[in-house]
Order: sequence, then C-alpha cells, then structure tokens
Amino acid sequence: MKIKALSRPTASQQAPGSSVVRQSRNLDPSQHPFERAREYTRALKAIKMERMFAAPFIGQMGDGHVDGVYTMAKDPNSLERFASGSGDGMVKVWDLTTREEIWHTQGHENMVKGLCFTPERKLLSCASDKTVKLWDPYHSSPEAAPLASYLGPSAFTGLTMHRDHPSFAASSSVISIYDLSRPSGAASQTLHWPTSVDTITSVAFNQTETSILGSTALDRSVIMYDLRTSSPVHKLVLKFASNAIAWNPMEAFNFAVANEDHNAYIFDMRKTDRALNVLKDHVAAVMDVEFSPTGEDLVTASYDRTVRLWNRARGHSRDVYHTQRMQRVFSAKFTPDSKYVLSGSDDGNVRLWRSNASDRSGVKSARQRAKLEYDQALIKRYSHMPEIRRIKRQRHLPRPIKKAGEIKNEELSAIKRREENVRKHTSKADLKPRKNEREKMILTREQ
Amino acid sequence: MAESTAKAVMAPHDREEKKRLAEAEKTYGRGKGNSTKSVRDKKLRATLKAQESKHKQAILRAKDAEILLEHEAGFLEPEGELERTYKVRQDEIQESVGLETAKKGFELRLNDFGPYRADYTRNGRNLLLAGRKGHVATMDWRDGKLGCELQLNETVRDARWLHNNQYFAVAQKKYVYIYDHNGVELHCLKKHVEPLFLEFLPYHFLLASATVAELPTRLGRPTALTQNPHNAILHAGHQNGTVTLWSPNSQTALVKALVHRGPVRSLAIDRLGRYMVSTGQDQRMNVWDIRMFQEVHSYSCHQPGADVAISDRGLTAVGWGTQVSVWRGLFDAAVADQGKVKSPYMAWGGDGQRIENLRWCPYEDVLGVTHDQGFASLLVPGAGEPNFDSLEANPYENTKQRQEAEVQALLNKLQPDMISLDPNVIGKLDTINDKKMREEKDLDRRPDEHMEKIKNRGRGRNSACANTCVRRVVETLLTKKDSRRRLCAKSMRNVARTSFKTSARVLGRPWVGLRRIPPRTCVRFRLFSFGYHKGSRAQGHYQIPSFMRSIIEIQRSCILGVGTE
Repeated sequence: MKIKALSRPTASQQAPGSSVVRQSRNLDPSQHPFERAREYTRALKAIKMERMFAAPFIGQMGDGHVDGVYTMAKDPNSLERFASGSGDGMVKVWDLTTREEIWHTQGHENMVKGLCFTPERKLLSCASDKTVKLWDPYHSSPEAAPLASYLGPSAFTGLTMHRDHPSFAASSSVISIYDLSRPSGAASQTLHWPTSVDTITSVAFNQTETSILGSTALDRSVIMYDLRTSSPVHKLVLKFASNAIAWNPMEAFNFAVANEDHNAYIFDMRKTDRALNVLKDHVAAVMDVEFSPTGEDLVTASYDRTVRLWNRARGHSRDVYHTQRMQRVFSAKFTPDSKYVLSGSDDGNVRLWRSNASDRSGVKSARQRAKLEYDQALIKRYSHMPEIRRIKRQRHLPRPIKKAGEIKNEELSAIKRREENVRKHTSKADLKPRKNEREKMILTREQ
Repeated sequence: MAESTAKAVMAPHDREEKKRLAEAEKTYGRGKGNSTKSVRDKKLRATLKAQESKHKQAILRAKDAEILLEHEAGFLEPEGELERTYKVRQDEIQESVGLETAKKGFELRLNDFGPYRADYTRNGRNLLLAGRKGHVATMDWRDGKLGCELQLNETVRDARWLHNNQYFAVAQKKYVYIYDHNGVELHCLKKHVEPLFLEFLPYHFLLASATVAELPTRLGRPTALTQNPHNAILHAGHQNGTVTLWSPNSQTALVKALVHRGPVRSLAIDRLGRYMVSTGQDQRMNVWDIRMFQEVHSYSCHQPGADVAISDRGLTAVGWGTQVSVWRGLFDAAVADQGKVKSPYMAWGGDGQRIENLRWCPYEDVLGVTHDQGFASLLVPGAGEPNFDSLEANPYENTKQRQEAEVQALLNKLQPDMISLDPNVIGKLDTINDKKMREEKDLDRRPDEHMEKIKNRGRGRNSACANTCVRRVVETLLTKKDSRRRLCAKSMRNVARTSFKTSARVLGRPWVGLRRIPPRTCVRFRLFSFGYHKGSRAQGHYQIPSFMRSIIEIQRSCILGVGTE
C-alpha cells in the first residue's frame, strides 16, 4: 500500500532565522467563494474612499489681483510659470511651486483681455486700450518699459502665438497677424469673414496644423482661417455666441467652444454639421474652455461661479469645483502636467485645484500605487451598479446653483413637452424629423 | 475555398495554444465568454474584445502560476489487486507517514460529559469541543495546547468558531452565548431561543441557529443544519424527510425537497456548492445535485447515519452507529456518470463508541470524530487542500496577520441581502428592467394596446391548463426511452409549448427566470424528478418507477434581494 499524507514543513512558510513570513497564493476559484460579491463590496469601499479623500482645492496664488482675473497664459517652456491679467491692466507672473508672484507690471490702462507667452519666454499682453505689448518677465524689473508695443485699430480681445513663426494673431473686430521680428510695426496681415462686422471674442492657433486659426465672435459665429491663403475657410453659426475656442492638442482637428447657452461643444473641424459631443451641466454661460495636455479631459469656467471638469467622451461633467468666495469664473487652464487646474475669477483670485479631486501628489510606495490602480479597476468594472454610480456622481453644490439647475431642468422639460405636444397634433405629412441633440445648436454653415 | 482549407489545417502551434487554454479554463475559467462578433457598436466591440483578451490572459497566467504551488496532496493507493484501501488501519498510516504528520492522529478520552461536538477554525489551527453536559474546551490541537476550558453546567447542543480563533458561539440550553478565546462570556443572544444547531457564515459575519421555539419552517423541530459554502444558503433537514433552503431575505423556504423517507439526520455540501450529501433515519445516504435538484446516487448505511461531512478535496465521511466510513469520488462518478462507487475509501471504528459528530480539518489530512466517549483525530490521506491561500485562510498566521486579516474581512463583509441562490447575481445586468426603461424612453414607440390585454385576460395560466400540460409531460416521459436529462429537457419543452410559459422558464433553469413572474401572484408548481431502477441501468436504459418520488416546491420568493421589485 502506498501511503502519503499531507505534510508541510514549517520552514516552507518561514525560512529558519528569518522574520519574513511567506505569503502563499492559490488562485483556484474554489478557494475564493463569493468572488463577485466580495469584489463588489471592495468596489463600493473604493468609491467611498475616493469621495472621502476628495479635496480639490489647494490654494490661491499669492494675494491675487485687485480687479477680476479675465485671462491667463501658460509658459510652454516651463511647468511652473504662468501669467494672469486683470481688469485694472495689471499683468502678473506666478510661480506654481511656491504659489508666489514673481513679476508684475501695470501694463495697460484698461482691461487685459489676452495673454500669451512666446517661445523665447517673453510675454505678450493685449488689452482694451488698443495695444499689444511685449514684456520680458524673467529678466526685467516691474517698472521697465515693454520691449515692443503694437497698436491696433480697436480694442483687442484675444491673443495667440503661432507655433513655428515669430508671429502672433490678435483679435479685435478683425484678426491681425503681427510679426514679432518687426517691433511696433503695423499688422502684416488681416483676416476677417467678408460679411461679419462684430467683435471677435477669442482666437486660437492650431498647434499641429500650424497655419489654421479658429475664432469665435459676438455674431454667434465660429470661423476657421487659413494663413497660407490668408483667407477665412469656414464659418459655423451657432444659436448663441461662443466665448472661447480651444484646440485638442492630441487630435488636432477637434476643437471645443464655450458657448453662451450654458454648454460647451466639441466639433470636428472637417465635419461641422454635428458636434462630436455636447457638454451639458453648467447653469450659466461658459466663459472659457481648455483641453488637458492629454486631450482626454476638458476644463470649463462658467459664469455660474463654478469650474467643471469633463471627460472628452462624456456628456456630463466628471467633477465640479466651487468655493464660497469664488465669483464668476472667466478663465480656466490645465497646468502643463495636467495634474492641476487654475481658475481666474471675478473676485481677483487665481485658484489652484487638483484635476483629480482625490489624487495626492506625494511619493507613493509600489503597494500603494498597486492598490490605487486596483481600486480604479474595480470602480470601473462595477460602475454600472446603482449604488456605486450614485456615490460616484453625488456632489455638493451651492444652493443657488442647485436651484438654478432645477429651474433649468424644469424649463427644458417644459419646452420638450410643448414640442412633443405640437408633434402629436401635426399631420404626418408635415412632421419634420426630430433633430439630434448634437445638431440642434447649429444655425448655418458657410464655406 | 482557400479560406476553409486554411482553417481546417491549423498550425500545430495554434492547436497547442488552444489546448492549453481549454485546459486552463477547466479550473480557472469563469463561464462562457462574450461573443464580440455580433456587437454592432464599434466602441463597445473594441472594449469587449479587450476585456475578453484580458480575461483569457488572466486564465492562462493563473494556470501558469500553478508551478508555484509547492505542496502535493496525500494519497492512499493499493499496490496489488487484492489490497483494499478501506482495510488500512490508523496505526498503519501513522507508521508510514512522517513523525510530524503521525502526531496529528490522536484520541482524547472524555467519558464524563459526552457526547461531544467539534469544530475547527477556518484555518484548521484550533479545535473547539463541546460536550452535551456543559464541558466546552478550545485547543491548539497540533501543539496539544489547551486554550480555555469551561464548565457551563447546562446542556450544550452545538458550538462554533466565529471568523477566527478569538471568538466562539455555543448553543446552550436556552440561548446562544458568545465567548472569547479566554472563555469570557461576551454576548448572550436572547433572540436565539433553545438553539439546536449553529452555523457561521464567515464572509457575511452571520451566525445562524436552528431553534425550536421560533418556527417559520412549520415543519417541526429541525434535525440538521448546514450551510452551502458556495452561496451561503442554509439547508435545514426536517422530521418528514424534507430539506428546506433558507436565506435571511425570505420568510419562507426558498426550496423544499424531499430527500429521505424518514427524518433527515445530517447534511453536508461540497465546497463548490454542487452536491449535497444527506443521511436519514431510513438508513440511506443520498447524493443530490443541488444545481438540478436531482438525486444522483443513493447508498445504504447499515444504520442511520449520525453525521456526514465533505472535505475540501471531496472526500465524504459518514458516521453511522459506531463506524465511520470515508467515501471518495462520490461526485466525480456522477460527473462522468460512470456508475456508483462500490466501496468506501477508508473505514474506522467498530469499537463501541457511538459516533456523534464529524469535522474535516481544513488544509490537513485530518478528520475529527467525536463520539460518546471523547474525540478522535484520524489521518485520512488525500482529504485536505494542500495549497492554501494565505489571504483567505492561513494555517500558519501570526498575531499580526490574524489582526490584519480580521480587519480586511470586516471591510469586505458581505451584506445579508446579497445572499441568493446564485452568488454571481451581483453585477449582472438587469436586462429586463433595462429593456423596459429603453422602451419608455423611446418617444416614437407605439402605445400599449390595453384592449388586447383585457381581451386576453383569463386565458391560460389557470390550474386546469397547468394540470393538462403536466399530464402531457408525464405521458411523453413514459413513452420515450432516453437519457434522464434529455427526458427532463423534453418535458420542459412540452410545458413551454403550452401557455404555461412563466413556470416553464422556471423549470428550465430553476432560479434564473423566476423574476419574470409578476409580483403578488404566488405561483406554485411542482418539478418532478424521476428515479430509476438499479437493475435496469446495467442494460443501458431507464425506467420510471414512481414519478411522484420527490417534489420540489419553488416559490417565487426564491429570488431575493438583488434586482427585484
């Protein structure tokens, strides 16, 4: 008879003389009952922990501005420098790590409307006083005169730097292209749609297809220009005016516009008959929009005193940031490492937020990282479960915003109901097909 | 044409790869994968494909990780044709195994306070002994160290460890009490009046007791209680030979099954929750497939089996009279339908000690047997799971690990309302409600035709119809000669053909379809399961002697908790 009984030497668990106990694993499913239920419980715990650790607000920059902050610009060559311009003509440059001001100047006599860093780390600013000024924030004193100043025909509203050429575009009622190599010269080119006369509100160069330029205007239009033919290419008219335009850095043909109708829209430049996505959640006009450097996320600043973060592919925001003292937000930017979000608001403060509310930036051990990754995977896997979805979505909102949202919902549903009633009493011959939500806001398109 | 030939002649490398995957899926597969071909949405298809490939990779990796398992299971193998494993005595085993292992076989003489009941902790490290006359003791049985000893001076009917070796529950004369490892009374559970049996659900942190006074079973004093380790459903045996299935989410039994022709004496369920072994006063041991709710085999014990227990590797120990016999392959045989196991794997006893209680020690080749004169620890090679997972239950844990594991277990504690017959119901999509919601969202949908509904009301689904269809089923069964399972399937199809649709779905897959029964209609129906003659099996066909032999009543209440109402 062959006989063998199970025997485990203790040394197989812990080597003699060692204090390290070995962890033995057996992946056989029969040893792990209630696999699903336990995973779900862990997912529930993970999402609760995530919400518990959500503390998005980090702090504000120095003492801020005296007047509201209406524009901000990142230094493309630095992770830690950015500039902000305020309503009293003050321009300040900040350091992100210390959150202190490193340079300031009383650059303009009027509201600073646009800021932009050049590749040589000089700063361009434009304002309602019809000037664009070039500064050297890193090597000059606050009292120093600008390196160059460019005069325009009317108040400037936006600035953008060309990716390769030493030239920039400034918008007023037309778009003027200035050459940086000719200080204080007149515009080398002007671009405008032949029939449009209204003020252009924002302008942005495409950073990949470098001669493409997009602009939004008060006449509700979003216009694309091509510098190579020095002519406008395409005009898209929406139902409401847009306030800002931003290009997707990774998918260069996609752009987002911040609209007055409380929504932001993502369009494909090549096919603008319908939006790629409609970002709906704000309860007042969206003032600014920007893509994250990864092209996956967006940040919007709104007149409803909140900043919202979005996933490019989702219709509703993934997070909403607000504080008691933050007023109308006019400008929001991702930092170049996409870990933080900056917001400039009417109350004159520049605030720094985490782009992922529960994220912590300290050094993490490998186990900690593995745990966080595992938690994320669990949350993703069980995100369709009602309890998890509820916890994930729940956000505290200030009462006025919540109330405004409720009123807005009611109004929208009333409109919808009215439309449905009309449809019900329309003969089939006259019945127009329903319009897709992504096409509704488009009024006309012109080539 | 060229394509088909290319498919037919598979590269040997591919073939090997496929074989490897199939092999890995046997142990680590979690059911059938999703077919991605029929999905029209591009993004969804890509996501599903990625998921499927990840799943496949995980299965293969788990299979590859088997190389890290360091221990091998024990065995008892006859070398000649005349040798029989059941003739091997304990002293022979103790001689031929190592010294450390041989020490695990021992006997305790406890004459005064017996008969005893025993329980091992989840990691098999500690033993709890409870004598009927009030003697309770815990011990680290491998080191022979006594933990605590209590003299309760009242009747003790059962005792159980809770989640680790720090706490245990004792079913005393009037109430259930919880003690800590020093024997200090922590709680008196006055809700559990006159408890007979205790069962602890380790993942839910629930203690269940079968009592006399509170009687929702309405079947008299329960005679046996056990938990299904796969889905945490409690099985209770009764005086009239039925076994009822209970969950905390329902006031009535989920399932009732007639398993014996006399009182049920004991129950045991295997680790995967597939088979139930029961012994009854009718001197039989029945093996039931709980997925189908069918009897697989029936064995004779020469006396009513006092207790039955199933080890991690599927050995079944039965105590009858003064004997213990251990059976191997009771379920394997049923899988391949090779036939009954002829003789037990091991045997012990016959020394005049009446067997009271049997417990397998987890992760060891050890069977704990309590009888009226004490406790015996038997060596049964091949019983225990050789490779434990230290994150699940660790026999070698130190204090820190125990504390850590306790915290983790409490954090991952499952809620009582998650207990259902299908433990994987969580996370499944509620497709029925989803469909309804989508329909409601569709603005251009056709309005429901209420008139049609009203017109059709009253047809079908009444008892007369049900009776006819059942009769038809029986007729079909009696005429056809086919394998048993096919017969059942056929009968179900027949039922489905008639207007008795709801219950047919239920018949087809006992618990999955039940939620389709509309609320507040208490639909009762019967599922017949047919036995067959032993003699006729050899000739290769089945007869149906008495088709009313077992009746299962499944009420709509058996769908619980998740996703309903």
